[in-house]
Amino acid sequence: MSTIERADAPPQPPRFTRSGAIAGARQGLPLAASIFLVGMVFGVLARHAGLTLAETLLMSGIVFAGASQFVALGLWALPIPIAAIVFTTLIVNLRHVLLSAALRPWFRDLPLLRTYGSLFFMVDESWALTMGQVRAGAQDRAFLLGAGSLMYLAWVSSAGTGYLAGSAMGDLSRWGLDFAITAIFTALLIGMWRGRADLWPWLVSATVAVITWRLLPGTWYIVCGAVSGTVTGALIDDE
Amino acid sequence: MTSEAFVTIVGMAIVTYSTRAGGMWLMRFASPSARTERWLQHIPGSVLAAIIAPAVIAHGIPGAVAVLVTGAVSLRTRNLLLAMASGVITVYLVGLLVK
Repeated sequence: MSTIERADAPPQPPRFTRSGAIAGARQGLPLAASIFLVGMVFGVLARHAGLTLAETLLMSGIVFAGASQFVALGLWALPIPIAAIVFTTLIVNLRHVLLSAALRPWFRDLPLLRTYGSLFFMVDESWALTMGQVRAGAQDRAFLLGAGSLMYLAWVSSAGTGYLAGSAMGDLSRWGLDFAITAIFTALLIGMWRGRADLWPWLVSATVAVITWRLLPGTWYIVCGAVSGTVTGALIDDE
Repeated sequence: MTSEAFVTIVGMAIVTYSTRAGGMWLMRFASPSARTERWLQHIPGSVLAAIIAPAVIAHGIPGAVAVLVTGAVSLRTRNLLLAMASGVITVYLVGLLVK
């Protein structure tokens, strides 16, 4: 955006209100419910991996990133391989850099504390909902904080619940519940469809993701797929 | 809690928050042009497509059917919860048939 365009419109502070946060929490409720289910699985597995209840709650409470926490449980052993777990966490969560960058235009001119405070609550789900809002032309920047903090409550409380419920729950995948988040992502993706310009970026991203998922460990496939998809979109735009 | 566990978890938290703040921070220096902003608009759909595709493949035939059902329900109703429920139920039912 050029500075001339900005000079034309009188500078208005971005809106950041309680009602915006409530709207986010309301829209985030179905996702928070499915996060609760996944969080319970995390709690069950954390107990199985030998973490104490306090360690489980601390991890969910200050890391708040599902995929990397599951990976950490896979690496957890005595003595704890500290460097390996921390480094793997970084790799698994690298995709956040892309997500956070995409929020930049919308968060521009927001006070730093609000921006970087809200970002703690940015998970795939709250980010996807927020981007849907951005595309729909919503103005209240507290949406991410509202949606994300509800998901945070679901994630931390479910970890404790799952830990205490122990092994009595059985295998959630037997009931198809592990598909819940994929189904929600699919619905969100459908909602983002703006026209044929989206077709090739999405197809390329999906294809590259499947190939790298087969070839590389961890969640590199998300970064590889997303980068190739966005590059495809940019190349098509330039034509 | 052992100090090793504490250090590990705090380390995880620090690198994870760095990735969350990092994208926003890096964009301060990029000062996005109109072209960059158009490019950024392609990120959300591409990230979602990249997360969805392997998850669907991992669920085999039930996953493939379920993602189509979910997409169709979402297109017709625009209801997130309904779309999610239809996907979960489809995975479960088709899973019973395929096994």
